[in-house]
Amino acid sequence: MLSNIGIALVILVSILSSLIIYTASVNLKTSKQVISKNIYTLSLFQTTFTALSFFTLIIGFINSDFSLINVYENSHTAKPFFYKIAGTWGNHEGSLLLWINILVIFSYLFLIFNHSHDKKFRLYTLIIQNTLILGFLFFLLLNSNPFNSIYPIPLEGLGLNPILQDPALAIHPPLLYVGFVGCSIYFSAAMASLISGYGGKLFAKSIKTWVKISWCFQTLGIIVGSIWAYYELGWGGFWFWDPVENASLLPWFAITALMHSLIVLEKRNTLYTWVIILCLSVFILSVTGTFLVRSGILNSVHTFASDPSRGIYILLYLSLMIFSALIIFFLKYKKETNNFNLRSRETFILANNWFMVFFLVTVLIGILYPIFLDVLTNVKISVGPPFFNIVIIPLVIPLMFLMAIGPKFGWIKSQNKILYKILILICGAIVINLFIFYFFGAYSLLSNLIFIAAIFLILHSFSDIIKSIKKKVRFELPRIISHLGFGLLVFFIGINHQFSIEEDFNLKVGEVKKMNNYEINFEELKTKENKNYKAVIGIFKLINHRNNLTQNLKPEIRIYSNPETLTYEAAIKTKITSDLYLTMSNVSRSDYYNIKFQHKPFMIWIWISALMIALGGFIQLILKKK
Amino acid sequence: MLTKKVKNRTLFLFFIFGLSVVIVFFIIKSLNKNIIYFSSPTEIKQREDIPFGKAMRVGGMVKKDSISINQKEIQFIVTDFENEIIVSYSGTVPNLFAEEKGVVAEGKLSDKNFFIADRILAKHDENYMPPEIKEIIEKNVK
Repeated sequence: MLSNIGIALVILVSILSSLIIYTASVNLKTSKQVISKNIYTLSLFQTTFTALSFFTLIIGFINSDFSLINVYENSHTAKPFFYKIAGTWGNHEGSLLLWINILVIFSYLFLIFNHSHDKKFRLYTLIIQNTLILGFLFFLLLNSNPFNSIYPIPLEGLGLNPILQDPALAIHPPLLYVGFVGCSIYFSAAMASLISGYGGKLFAKSIKTWVKISWCFQTLGIIVGSIWAYYELGWGGFWFWDPVENASLLPWFAITALMHSLIVLEKRNTLYTWVIILCLSVFILSVTGTFLVRSGILNSVHTFASDPSRGIYILLYLSLMIFSALIIFFLKYKKETNNFNLRSRETFILANNWFMVFFLVTVLIGILYPIFLDVLTNVKISVGPPFFNIVIIPLVIPLMFLMAIGPKFGWIKSQNKILYKILILICGAIVINLFIFYFFGAYSLLSNLIFIAAIFLILHSFSDIIKSIKKKVRFELPRIISHLGFGLLVFFIGINHQFSIEEDFNLKVGEVKKMNNYEINFEELKTKENKNYKAVIGIFKLINHRNNLTQNLKPEIRIYSNPETLTYEAAIKTKITSDLYLTMSNVSRSDYYNIKFQHKPFMIWIWISALMIALGGFIQLILKKK
Repeated sequence: MLTKKVKNRTLFLFFIFGLSVVIVFFIIKSLNKNIIYFSSPTEIKQREDIPFGKAMRVGGMVKKDSISINQKEIQFIVTDFENEIIVSYSGTVPNLFAEEKGVVAEGKLSDKNFFIADRILAKHDENYMPPEIKEIIEKNVK
């Protein structure tokens, strides 16, 4: 029943998309300067029916309708209600439907919110966006249909992977999808701009909001994923330079570059070609990331059951996209002259772009090199985290200096009046760094430079905040908050990295482990029955000899029933100044339990500063509306 | 004679070109330093030039009844059904680590029969098999 409704809705949406493409191309030829009412109506219907098809799937999951293969494979009657809903996008087919939803919704919103712009440009955007939508609809129908039915109808489902049954991971995919799929609209707009010749300032204005929206959501999505990895995967780290994490970083670097160079295009009407290239590459990189993750080519800790046939389809689609983008780009390419003064804001924004491109290239090489080597020579390698750390971290130092100074420069050309202030702040940063160095122990030259640069950026941002409050200018605040967030993030990651304590050992119940200032008592084991899992809870007493503080930590080993899986839940005690992190695991029912203990300073501040980066973006979105 | 503008631009282009060459060289160099090769126990036995003390990955199946645990470490045998290697590891193991299941260990070789791991790779999905191990099994188990 649901299966038929779902498939009918999806087919209806495909027909509507084709109709939109057709009416839009007819509308292009008329001389009227307004877009015909029909297109609005069709788009509205398209959006409604797409949303309905997604709701149909959600209903299938809520009612545990196992006549749908997708529900049978990814849900279970005993699952909590919240995770039944989250299960809708916790699998390949369902998430593809979500993907299409976002494509359609953005297409509709772009149509209705850009009244003031050129008709041809809007129609071409609509046509290209709907071509993208059609491509994904075919993929959904032919290869990954969430509405496929199964007969005889099973009585019980297989259940959702327990590691995905987590609040952070329930909201992580929708956030990332709004971020990554949202880029599609300015991919289409960029192509439309090339075709219709509607470029320059006005083009920048038309896509500005959309770039910001997707930037905010990408940033937030990556942070939430990182938080999830921290407390669910039991390593106590938050970034592993894992191929899947890297795949999410690629579009983020490109979109950050785009967001900055878009300002130049809007204010100075230059860099148009570069903006177009970035618009195209953001979405291409998003799809590339999806391809790498879904096809199972990357050997990652995040890899879920994957299917090569999906990979081939996405690869085909991807090459078509790149190919057509390139053709249109070179056919319509117009030469432009850029005259930049070295001491102007646009030069600094370009510098940002160079850094982003450098990071992008580094990470891309890190991802692709193992794949090429495997294909060419059949040698299997992976690229270790030190590669990314060595290449990227030193470059963060000059980046942070530029992030502080750049926005102080005016457009076109300006004088150095601010050198004096910069010198004072650098001295301040060096002094603070010396304090940290002196009181908390020595570290390497590189770390020193990083701390100085980060503190400089932080101090500079604070002085900017004070200044803008005095002058009562609000529009600079979002930028300052994001840049401050970045400075704080680097600073706290640095501190965290330098002063973390990590200890691995095996303990039996009743035993005591002593190290540094800590004493860990493994007091007892308890068991607990829950709705969909049984838990073995370890009771640990942690005594800190430095301040004689006693704390109880209760890590769990959970045995989920559907599907039968073990997960380890870390016990995390978060305080303002540090996190205590303890995980317990057990191998082949031996008496010994593996314990991983970590003391991580300023962990919560890493999250707060990362969230500040995203917050800056959101504030800007709200401020613009007023 | 070239005009000043053209000269400047050529200089600038050369500068950019030189810079990118240096950067790419720098990236490739550190890439080569940090490559982690994957080997099966058989490859370790057979290869003459296997590097000791360099980070690498070993993969295969955890042999039945081979896991032993004491206060400091876990020891187990990784097999590809032709050759075996002893792996010693201290730290938490991922939840899908078990006897007769696929495993990938990252660490250093201390000799041809002994591997000291500092990371055991976790897989989220119980049906998932790392592609490297799948290949080994397909080759050796018929």
